[in-house]
Amino acid sequence: MSIRKATTHVNQNEGLIFEKSSPGKYAWKLPELDVPEVDPAKALGTAARSDLGNMPEVSEIEIIRHFTRLSTWNYGVDTGLYPLGSCTMKYNPRVNEVASRMEGLAGAHPYQPEKISQGGLLIMKVLSKCLIEITGMDAVTLQPAAGAHGELTGILLIRAYLESKGNPRQKILIPDSAHGTNPATAAIAGYAVENLKSNAAGMVDIPSLIAQTNEDVAALMITNPNTLGVFEREIAKIAEILHAKGALLYMDGANMNALVGKARPGDRGVDVMHMNLHKTFSTPHGGGGPGSGPVVCRQILEPFLPVPVIVSKPNGALAFDYDRPQSIGRVRAFYGNFGMLVRALAYIMANGPDGLRQTTEDAVLNANYIRKKLEGCYELPYATPTMHEVVFSDHLQTKNGIKTGDIAKRLIDYGFHPYTVSFPLIVHGALMIEPTESESKEELDLFIDAMRSIAEECEKDPKLVLEAPHTTRVSRLDEVTAARKPILRWKPQQQPAAAD
Amino acid sequence: MRYLPKSDAERGLMLCEIGVRTIDDLFAPIPVEFRVKGDLNLPRAFAESEIVDYFRQRSAENGAGYTSFLGAGAYHHYRPVVIDSLISRGEFFTAYTPYQPELAQGTLQAIFEFQTMICELTGMEVANASMYDGSTATPETVMMAARVTGRHGAVVARSVHPEYREVLVTYARHQGVPITTVGFLENGRVDLKALDQAVTDATACVLIQSPNFFGTIEDVPAAADIAHRKGALLVVMISEAVSLGIVKPPVEADIVGMEAQSFGVPPGFGGPYAGVIATKEKFVRQMPGRLVGETHDKNGKRAFCLTLTTREQHIRREKATSNICTNQALVALMSTIFMTVYGREGLKELAKHNLSKAAYAAGEFGKKAKVLFGGAPRFNEFVVQTKEDPKAMNERLLEKKVVGGLPLKKFYPELGNTALWCCTEMTTRAQIDAVVKEVAP
Amino acid sequence: MNYPSELKYTKDDEWLKIEGDTGVVGITDYAQNALGDIVFVELPKVGAEITAGKPFGTVESVKAVSELFAPASGTVAAINEELANTPEKVNQDPYGAWMIKIKLKDKGEAGKLMSSADYEKYAAERG
Repeated sequence: MSIRKATTHVNQNEGLIFEKSSPGKYAWKLPELDVPEVDPAKALGTAARSDLGNMPEVSEIEIIRHFTRLSTWNYGVDTGLYPLGSCTMKYNPRVNEVASRMEGLAGAHPYQPEKISQGGLLIMKVLSKCLIEITGMDAVTLQPAAGAHGELTGILLIRAYLESKGNPRQKILIPDSAHGTNPATAAIAGYAVENLKSNAAGMVDIPSLIAQTNEDVAALMITNPNTLGVFEREIAKIAEILHAKGALLYMDGANMNALVGKARPGDRGVDVMHMNLHKTFSTPHGGGGPGSGPVVCRQILEPFLPVPVIVSKPNGALAFDYDRPQSIGRVRAFYGNFGMLVRALAYIMANGPDGLRQTTEDAVLNANYIRKKLEGCYELPYATPTMHEVVFSDHLQTKNGIKTGDIAKRLIDYGFHPYTVSFPLIVHGALMIEPTESESKEELDLFIDAMRSIAEECEKDPKLVLEAPHTTRVSRLDEVTAARKPILRWKPQQQPAAAD
Repeated sequence: MRYLPKSDAERGLMLCEIGVRTIDDLFAPIPVEFRVKGDLNLPRAFAESEIVDYFRQRSAENGAGYTSFLGAGAYHHYRPVVIDSLISRGEFFTAYTPYQPELAQGTLQAIFEFQTMICELTGMEVANASMYDGSTATPETVMMAARVTGRHGAVVARSVHPEYREVLVTYARHQGVPITTVGFLENGRVDLKALDQAVTDATACVLIQSPNFFGTIEDVPAAADIAHRKGALLVVMISEAVSLGIVKPPVEADIVGMEAQSFGVPPGFGGPYAGVIATKEKFVRQMPGRLVGETHDKNGKRAFCLTLTTREQHIRREKATSNICTNQALVALMSTIFMTVYGREGLKELAKHNLSKAAYAAGEFGKKAKVLFGGAPRFNEFVVQTKEDPKAMNERLLEKKVVGGLPLKKFYPELGNTALWCCTEMTTRAQIDAVVKEVAP
Repeated sequence: MNYPSELKYTKDDEWLKIEGDTGVVGITDYAQNALGDIVFVELPKVGAEITAGKPFGTVESVKAVSELFAPASGTVAAINEELANTPEKVNQDPYGAWMIKIKLKDKGEAGKLMSSADYEKYAAERG
């Protein structure tokens, strides 16, 4: 056997949980069985299983240390500025967690009688009203589990509506600046995707839209502000163009953090949109989910909402209504990611209308401050005013062989999480920066300082940037081998990697 | 606002540096007529103590303190306290998708461990980093089977969770996937003869659930034979993951779809949960969702990263395997910790407790009413048929702060006065004895 | 960059080599360089009908997918099985790492493709 040597940072060399396992260790204890024990082999016959293979056997302290050590290799909003554009990495208030873990909320079974579910129903009802008011729409479903799931729900609503008018139509128009989920969603909803070019200002090109909108078009999926952080100023006109041909306007609400309390999509001709509660409404991103993607819509789409919807009974009690003949059906079991709904409502309540407006203003203020301070150091491909996020390009740095991905890696050495790299696709070598409202002026100044310093390093010491990060537990990864020869699970024949 | 780290003076300073006079100058791109004037009609700002009070009241109105015999896709299992302790670490909980692996090795390694444990338990070769939940994993498995086989139809057992089937129908309608439903027999299992007749050369997959919606364990090898004989795939859904502790994994399946809620995730009034898709290695490029792979850094140190991402929407756009973007990383982490706590021996014991409690309860119910679907093994759920409408019995139980079994009339009207009961390791003999007393003679 | 003169080239960066009734197809040095490290090559089944100018497969790098377009019409007579496990061969030797062999429908189609000199010019224009 190989003896592992202690190094100066033992917690940096934590192995896989399977490598800590040995037979006989355990971290569980069940209560004494108060009914006769059933022998699985007898009860299940050939369906019985006796061996759980390589499942780990470890003690409680080892579990705590293992996952605590792993956590220290991560970076979160709690660690510092996390300017991942289009992801809205804002502070996740702790009271949200307290609220969502309360026994009657976390412990509630989705099929428990409505009579003892009035608390949960009321939370959903109040949140529904808030989201309708914030967006200026008429109706809502809280069922979609994430943004992309909300997109699908929204497009299915459009499809059902158009079908009820006699023709679901064939295509969805999608601007070239859109997030990849938009075209993927359209395809899953059975539509063909037609690309729509952006104009020189980074907005939807109106003449192209007019030319491409016809009776085959079901809808345009637009993100507003778009992925460049630019507000689609012509949004009302865009809606008119579509409506004139019987098509609808879908808005991807990923960037609502630029609008809450300041402008309402429903007032500008948007027919249906989803929101990302994990972006705009502070529910935690959790390393990539769970999200929540409620969909709000105009009255014309309301009959098609997924079942069930919440209704008030004559006696004032709340209930789920399943009798919805025109519904698109279910998009998820039960009622959606309820725990996220609790958190979002707690956030709205903590802010109030004035707090939400101030939040939006601070988010836009922060993005513009970064833009102002970094203009010149990094190329700004679109001079159009910035809302909640700003997109630069690596154009000034490529002459030294440095790309956006390299600058991002070097930013890690300065203690910040990178921005979004190489998106949107319409900007070659994009640096997409969204600071959110959660950053103080001091933190922003430190970030700006880091970005300026990296711009200087790109001129004076490109190698330093190209080989970054230098301060993390692992350096740049071999992602090519990972894709050519995928190793997607641990196997026992692999010996523990030597501590290095 | 207490979440905002700025004084008005600092805001003024920043506006000045930007070169504008007021904050509204930065909102100039939004035409004035579309700007909100004044406050939105929302609740006023609450103090933290008021927020806690508000939700405490809602919690009290939402079944807190009730004993429950509900299962049917959401299970009350004990959640070891280390789960919440560990997932509350800000580095897990406030991080996002591990696109920058150097700063996300914690999330990545934990997902790699999750994928490994799911493989061990399901008998599959690869598992993804999680889907939204079991219900949405259902259509994803069917669409995957269609891509693998180049066929379109799905033959689905009626004993699959009704809401999973509803979600499947919503998706399948627009994918040109015809769905044929096959009924169940007296023993609660899918009707294999009818299944055999329903599968044709155009069938992409057969979809069953085991344990099925009634808690009955299906004959997976027989269903696999039928599917494979006609060149179709077998998809097995698992909604009660704890069953894997003592039930043979569906190794004959080509794709396994799973709901991981039972592994340390609170019932939470329906979510968030975590779905999983696991499959054979040869189908991995048709699998939706994120995948974490092992590699090394430039110094040769073992490290993990997202891999095979070209399947996904951000690269392949309308040709992607799915439109899914997020997984359910934090929920998958809960499950990883749960599986680690119970581990190789504990999961067996845990499952045995579930089996024993349900067997005892079914035996007791059987003395006063009819327990349906004998003759095939079941796990921790069973269907009881009573003379009276189960809703009437449940009303009486509710008075005693007990939530009875799920009345099935809504999903299976032909079963008459039946309800689906569930017992887990949390259910006590005393609770079982008390509810059996309420069965009307 | 190297563009052998005995091959014919498409504007989508595939090469075609005529061997009797058979056309051998791969991607050019320019293409492999532009794609970067190739991690996966998806090819049609033997016997599949393919049409000139239409996609017949894909080639993947870590973060991109590109379609492969058929330089000529015909039936797939063979695929290079070796690429399934060693896609890096396309980077190492783009003209040795052929992808498919086509039983050509019409040998005349090759006449519409670019010569190596024309392709070299075309590649240089794109930088």
